[in-house]
Amino acid sequence: MDTIFALSSGAPPAGIGIIRITGPAARAALQALVGRVPEPRRAVRADLRNAAGELLDDGLALFFPGPHSVSGEDMAELHCHGGRAVIAAVEAALAAIPGCRRAEPGEFTRRAFANGRIDLAEAEGLGDLLSAETELQRRSAVAMAGGALSRQAGGWREDVLGLSAEVEAVLDFADEDDVAGLSADFHQRIATLQSALAKALAAPHAEMLREGYRVAIAGPPNAGKSTLFNALVESEAAITAAIAGTTRDVLVRPVAIEGIAFSFVDMAGLRDEGADEIETIGIARAGQEIAAADLVLWLGPEGEGPDGAWEIAAQCDAAGSPAKSSPDHRLSAVTGEGMDGLRHALIAHARAAMPKAGAAALNQRQRALLGDAAAALHDASAMRDPLLVAENLRLARHCFDRLLGNTATEDVLDAVFGRFCIGK
Amino acid sequence: MREFDIIVVGGGHAGCEAAAAAARMGARVALVSFDPARIGAMSCNPAIGGLGKGHLVREVDAFDGLIGRAADAAAIHYRMLNRSKGSAVHGPRVQADRRLFLAAIQRMLGEQGDLTIIGGEAAELRLSGGRVTGVMLASGEALHAPATVLCTGTFLGGTLFRGEERLTGGRIGEDAAHRLASQMREADLPMARLKTGTPPRLDGRTIDWARLPEQASDAEHWTMSALTPQRINPQVFCAITRTNARTHAIIADNLDRSPLFTGAIGAAGPRYCPSIEDKIHRFADRDGHQVFLEPEGLDTAMVYPNGISTSLPADVQLAFLRTMDGLERVEMTVPGYAVEYDHIDPRALGPDLQLRALPGLYCAGQINGTTGYEEAAAQGLVAGMHAACTVLGRAAPALDRANSYMAVMVDDLTLHGVSEPYRMLTARAEYRLRLRANNASTRLTPLALAVGCVGEERRTWFGAREAARGQWDEALSREVSANELRAMGSAMRADGARKRLAEWLAHPEAGMAAIAPLLPDCCDPDSELAQELAEDAAYAPYLTRQDAELRDLSASEALLLGDGFPFAEVPGLSNEMVERLSAARPRNLSAAGRVRGVTPAALAALLVHARRRSIAS
Repeated sequence: MDTIFALSSGAPPAGIGIIRITGPAARAALQALVGRVPEPRRAVRADLRNAAGELLDDGLALFFPGPHSVSGEDMAELHCHGGRAVIAAVEAALAAIPGCRRAEPGEFTRRAFANGRIDLAEAEGLGDLLSAETELQRRSAVAMAGGALSRQAGGWREDVLGLSAEVEAVLDFADEDDVAGLSADFHQRIATLQSALAKALAAPHAEMLREGYRVAIAGPPNAGKSTLFNALVESEAAITAAIAGTTRDVLVRPVAIEGIAFSFVDMAGLRDEGADEIETIGIARAGQEIAAADLVLWLGPEGEGPDGAWEIAAQCDAAGSPAKSSPDHRLSAVTGEGMDGLRHALIAHARAAMPKAGAAALNQRQRALLGDAAAALHDASAMRDPLLVAENLRLARHCFDRLLGNTATEDVLDAVFGRFCIGK
Repeated sequence: MREFDIIVVGGGHAGCEAAAAAARMGARVALVSFDPARIGAMSCNPAIGGLGKGHLVREVDAFDGLIGRAADAAAIHYRMLNRSKGSAVHGPRVQADRRLFLAAIQRMLGEQGDLTIIGGEAAELRLSGGRVTGVMLASGEALHAPATVLCTGTFLGGTLFRGEERLTGGRIGEDAAHRLASQMREADLPMARLKTGTPPRLDGRTIDWARLPEQASDAEHWTMSALTPQRINPQVFCAITRTNARTHAIIADNLDRSPLFTGAIGAAGPRYCPSIEDKIHRFADRDGHQVFLEPEGLDTAMVYPNGISTSLPADVQLAFLRTMDGLERVEMTVPGYAVEYDHIDPRALGPDLQLRALPGLYCAGQINGTTGYEEAAAQGLVAGMHAACTVLGRAAPALDRANSYMAVMVDDLTLHGVSEPYRMLTARAEYRLRLRANNASTRLTPLALAVGCVGEERRTWFGAREAARGQWDEALSREVSANELRAMGSAMRADGARKRLAEWLAHPEAGMAAIAPLLPDCCDPDSELAQELAEDAAYAPYLTRQDAELRDLSASEALLLGDGFPFAEVPGLSNEMVERLSAARPRNLSAAGRVRGVTPAALAALLVHARRRSIAS
């Protein structure tokens, strides 16, 4: 097996650069660059040198012997200065060691998975953890990487197994009087499981965590959408001008406010006539964005916005702006009046809708499998023939197995591990 | 020295099927048995079939095996278990007259091509160059063959237990094969011991039948073998009695005299078929257990009390029997006993049931840790067929978990090993919706034909059946509307849309009854083929879903691990995983996933390593 290495800290130039090495040649790499293998799990100060004996940097070296390292193999870390040239020189020295090469994306985590250190759901959580940008994302990812979903799905699988065992006993030992029929609460137990799955499926999704709570700003042309958008994202991302139809396409800007990820969406104004071809396409896209949004801020005529939208009386600084009799928020993005109120309301609303800290938030693959499991359980409870009850329970079990990676096939692994940055 | 292609040692269900299958394929076969007159004897209960077991009988029959036809020849009571449930778990079962069964087996063996029956003890395996090349008989005669199939049942190192008594032997009154057993142990094969038991036999003339509820043979016309045109013997009834508090008290008071509880028998027995002392010890809260009184034949008064296998001393057996309704004055003809015997850890076998460590030696039946006639017969067929394929240079039939219970059993045995005698259960077959007892011919006879394991009679029968299937396919492709079905008398919602009859067959409001009037005369809606087609239609949605699973399965089956795969070298595998995998030696990734206790993470490690190896080579 190859030994792989990668820069595991941020892109250079940076204050420090950490290069991780995993694989059978990790010791050899330390020997080659540092001249010795440090005591396990002890940081030692070391001169880093290449094969020609040139001094590359003055840094720290650590050694983590397998199989109890995070990857399950012998691992080493070199902490050096974070300049581009230093990193490049250390990487070049590592690449010169036989059997040593640069890591592919996700390869470190894949090794940890392949060596049994983490399961598939944990690996997915770890991927989220590494790309987490907000506090809420981080907490959810920690829960996933720590096996929250694995434990939950494992528990569901056990429940289904218990149900299966009962049906199988009825099927295989029907003629022995020691086996009674299904227990009285059999269908109740399926129903309990179904509602647990329904609850997990209805919970906020991992995509919402990753992509943020999506807030679309909608209304007719020239209603002040882009001005409000800019005020919310606190930049000049959208060009504003007092010409109707300035925003022809859709602008999405992710922002973290108080640890919560938002995606604000600015879009073309909605009007029926006078739009040119490009603007018409923009209007169509705006319609899609409104449907995809978690919340719509409606700047148009009162009562004409989509269901559940917040009525915003914008441009309250401007004379002659359309009056709303009972808006949810009255504000001016130009003067800042009412903006704090809107921000606080958005934070409170999004926090309630986002996955709870520490809860397992499911991604699309996981939701699809749980959805299949829920459908199979539904069928199981609807069947009278115990044979078909058993088959549906088997299908449900198969979904949980796939969720946990018990039937891991190459394409699932690729899909999961392709998301990682190199070196994690 | 006599020369053969295949030597089969043992004349039980496994040995007879192995010998007959190889002979049907054209091999020169020797069948060695202690006592040729006892070939085809049923040593325990007088029943063939049951849940999961009935499936095996039909599968062996689909390969033109003996057990189904012999069961019909001997059947004196037919019963379809699980009749009220889905057809995939129907379990055909018969009570068989022992004498008729043995006679049928012996007659069929006599008609079976180049098959020589040799009376004697197979004392020793002959080895040459690491291969088994034949057997040495106790008489001193040597038999030579490139393949030997061991089907020694409980005769390998068998010891009988009854109370304080100890006898050596595989069955009461018959010798055990001790020399062979010690040779196997010396060859460093992984051997272990298991136990099984049998109940006392009763004199039916001393049973008060009038007091007991009867269970009659069912009135339908199905048979065990597809080739049996109709039931032939007079049908008898069974009766049911129960153990009670007094029975349990006697047994509980004498547990210290049962070798199971004195520690004399250390080996594990079948959980699925416990002795009565086990039942009373483990389920102390139950106040009674059902006992089926099964007649052993038409011209014998002997009765088999199913449900009370025991190794208590004979006096205790008689005392507890007489506490039961209808048995107050019963006499025993033979007391029950337990038998402890040697078996091979079946993980030492390949999927062809050949020992990896001793090429040329195949094992089938109880020697592999199974229990039951049907399990033995199916393994005998598999071993005999594979041995013949090797000797005759033919490709072995492609049996897998998705096409047969036989393959499920062989896969389970060779990957998991056994911790108790292995019995077939429908729950073991994950694709059981497609593995029905009544579609065994459709599933397997084409494979049997391809490997040359089918006699003329079945070939003709199957050809006719395939022709009938063709007619059905054509008839079912006709398109009609719901309105037309209504006009023929079906209660359906009016609808002009046209669908093929095949679709109406699967339609919840239609089905076979609705389409029957529209079928041509050649398609009989009451035939067994019609029933199979209707069941196919009913299960079709599930089978479609399973197809996706099977595609995944065949993808991971394509990732071969090879015979000498170095499990110990796979990084990240714990010692425990390495041990489990090295014992089972799965041939591909899919099989590795079925090795008990192998974790997803271990599987992923194997996947990565195997990929890498295949790329490297």
